[in-house]
Amino acid sequence: MIALNVNGKRYDVDVDPDTPLLWAIRDVIGLTGTKFGCGIALCGACTVHVDGKATRSCSTPVSAAVGKRITTIEAVGATPAGKKIQQAWIDLEVPQCGYCQSGQIMSATALLTAKPTPTDRDIDAAMSGNICRCGTYARIREGIKRAAQGSANDKKGA
Amino acid sequence: MTGNRIVDLAEGNLVDLSRRRFLSVSAAVGGGLLIGFTAGPSIRDADAAQGTAGATFAPNAFIRIGSDGQVVMIMPYVEMGQGTYTSIPMLIAEELEVDLKQVRVEHAPPNEKLYGNPLLGGLQATGNSNAVRASWQPLRQAGATARTVLVSAAAKRWNVDPSSCRAQSGTVRHVPTGRSIKYGDLAADAARLPVPENVVLKQRADFKLIGTPAKRLDTPSKVNGSAVYGIDARPPGVKFATLAQSPVFGGRVKSVDDAKAKAVKGVRQIVRLDDAVAVVADHMGAAKKGLAALVIEWDDGPHAKLDTEQIVDELKKATLNSGSVAQNIGSIEKAMATAVTKVDAAYQVPFLAHATMEPMNCTVHVRKDGCEVWVGNQVLARAQATAAKTTGLPLDKVVVHNHLIGGGFGRRLEIDGVTRAVQIAMQVEGPVKVVWTREEDIQHDMYRPCFFDRISAGLDNKGMPVAWNHRFAGSSIIARWAPPLFKDGLDPDTTEGAIDLVYALPNIHVEYLRAEPPGIPTAFWRSVGPSHNVFVTESFMDELAAAAKQDAVAYRQALLDKTPRAKAVLELAAQKAGWGKPLPKGVGRGVSVQFVFATYLAQVAEVEVSKDGAVHVRRVVCAVDCGTVVNPDTVRAQIQSAIIFGITAALHGQITLKGGRVEQSNFHDYRMLRMNEAPAIEVYIVNSVEPPGGMGEAGTSAIAPAVTNAIFAATGTRVRRLPVADQAKHV
Repeated sequence: MIALNVNGKRYDVDVDPDTPLLWAIRDVIGLTGTKFGCGIALCGACTVHVDGKATRSCSTPVSAAVGKRITTIEAVGATPAGKKIQQAWIDLEVPQCGYCQSGQIMSATALLTAKPTPTDRDIDAAMSGNICRCGTYARIREGIKRAAQGSANDKKGA
Repeated sequence: MTGNRIVDLAEGNLVDLSRRRFLSVSAAVGGGLLIGFTAGPSIRDADAAQGTAGATFAPNAFIRIGSDGQVVMIMPYVEMGQGTYTSIPMLIAEELEVDLKQVRVEHAPPNEKLYGNPLLGGLQATGNSNAVRASWQPLRQAGATARTVLVSAAAKRWNVDPSSCRAQSGTVRHVPTGRSIKYGDLAADAARLPVPENVVLKQRADFKLIGTPAKRLDTPSKVNGSAVYGIDARPPGVKFATLAQSPVFGGRVKSVDDAKAKAVKGVRQIVRLDDAVAVVADHMGAAKKGLAALVIEWDDGPHAKLDTEQIVDELKKATLNSGSVAQNIGSIEKAMATAVTKVDAAYQVPFLAHATMEPMNCTVHVRKDGCEVWVGNQVLARAQATAAKTTGLPLDKVVVHNHLIGGGFGRRLEIDGVTRAVQIAMQVEGPVKVVWTREEDIQHDMYRPCFFDRISAGLDNKGMPVAWNHRFAGSSIIARWAPPLFKDGLDPDTTEGAIDLVYALPNIHVEYLRAEPPGIPTAFWRSVGPSHNVFVTESFMDELAAAAKQDAVAYRQALLDKTPRAKAVLELAAQKAGWGKPLPKGVGRGVSVQFVFATYLAQVAEVEVSKDGAVHVRRVVCAVDCGTVVNPDTVRAQIQSAIIFGITAALHGQITLKGGRVEQSNFHDYRMLRMNEAPAIEVYIVNSVEPPGGMGEAGTSAIAPAVTNAIFAATGTRVRRLPVADQAKHV
């Protein structure tokens, strides 16, 4: 048994240590918001946070996540940045088919947490690993900026 | 424009159907201020389909209102990102007089009688960019019918004249007294009343929802992980499987050594089929590991030596013979004889994979007495039929649960994935979810066909075209997918965008030769026929303008006097793009204009080409006249999406074969446009009261020629073979 801390809960999963974290999350634990896209870290659909860092779960063995805090799309709304990103996505109607958006939101949230007011270049660097076949890139960029604006306003208020 | 026309008296519009040949069966939908909705399903059918009766008001197959006031709308067309699950509820809610907030949507079950697409001959299919077109009259009528009955129920209860009552936001109000009753409280009464044959639809001026950027109903679930796609189905006890299909199309399994695979922790079973092997496990990680541990020997079959070059050569050869005449106006021979200048060209487009972000998957539970299927699919009744056929069970013993689709683009108009999953599930105890790896998804797709085109034109002494001669060869998807629609060597899809051009061409001759590539399955791909034809015709129109030494926009404008809507979008796009304004060296603008999927659309692409040939699309301006707009934000989103999809294909997309095997396998060699490469996109929507046109695909077909025409403007290099790849190198 391998103990994983996902969204603040402990799960004991009976899988090989080299099993990609993605399958432990989706198939064993049953949190299906995290998506499978390519299996080799080329598309970002499987992005989760491991100790707050955007991580491709399809290429991360569960053994590497032991003892760390794993956050998935189901719980990212509990973080201030995640909540703002999700709201911006709703305000701007970012998703179309929506399949890649869990990964997009996890990447965007990690970016916003690290850089509260990211530049276009920061956005390119953080988001170019996430493919959207529906081509929602312009709205994703705008969504990150809108969420960042929200962060900036919060700071001003505080 | 010639062809079938129907008159929508309610709005005084003339609907031109000449381009929509799918339609012929049911062209006469609607047609009058008082609309007889006789083609629609009865209450009894609806009740049977939904398993509801009594206190639930279900006047047709699309609406259910319970005594709790919950308004459920059953979606005949599937949601794969195009916004159908919002635009269709908007049509119903407009007439039903409910707020979208009160609405819950449900996937329709397979039932062609209730949910057949009137624009696709009654097939239960979502495709051809026609969900809104197909729903425009019937689903507004469905809403109006329900509202009329609810008003009657209220009037009866109050013993007043129904005309003194108004429906609004899910309640009926008696205007003189101000009394009101919620729909939920009327449901039981309404369920006992007859459903009227004729209802009056709202006047356009009274629309409250149609034309507004209403919020999508599916968005909240798509930002928090709760949206359920086919791949997320988890029936109790489900096992997980992945598979290897014969790497060469038409090959077979010769032998399997599964000793190592069976030793993988979590692997439960190896399923061997004639042409595939699947590994069933406790989770996909173990299934993939097990698959990698299998030693499979394949009998490659007859296509083991097939290369792309051979296929293209065959198409080239085919175009040396005459084909079926798709369109002929005047006499090109006579006109060519008088031409001052002649222009000839050959064009080529490759096979393309769909590469939907959600890989192919299907979950199936086969029992002795029935079969249950969980899938996201664009042809649900066909999915049910193949499960019945494969298992040998009667149709009514097969239950299919549809799901949100993580990208369709035509891939899920096919049922190969369902058949495959059922074949595997027949050998597995309990439910099994079959998920294809990305490699399997790309290498066993059904591909947008490869085409080869020869095209020539004669120009008069002013440089204007007097003759246009176009011949092309490639696969007919329709011939396989809907055989009755393939007639006299032609089908309505393969030729769309090559015939009935927007331009006034006095002499035009277009021929198509059906030439099926050996072994390789072909299928619809976003913007289908036009994805090929518009690239050829709009590139060639650019060549003619260049040969005539005229401006690409002005040249087109001169040919558009008889198609004012086409001219208007062209002029709007050119103006907004700053057409004619100077650009830096290595940067060019290209234009395209088209009428496909009943929508007029023009694009101007601004493209930068570096010395080493790298192409960057910096900006795209799109003007669209898609008739009446149901949701303008969805129109914008679809165009933004279609442009990115089309640029991806134009710059990078190609599936090639070597030794019968697809050479591409994942996103490193089947490249997608990414955030850092995405252009700025501006969308301008022309106000129109014409009937709605299609929006899901039109933006894709227009972009490839706009981009390659821009490359020509920037570099002088004419790209006649897609993808652009490294063809834009210049010195």
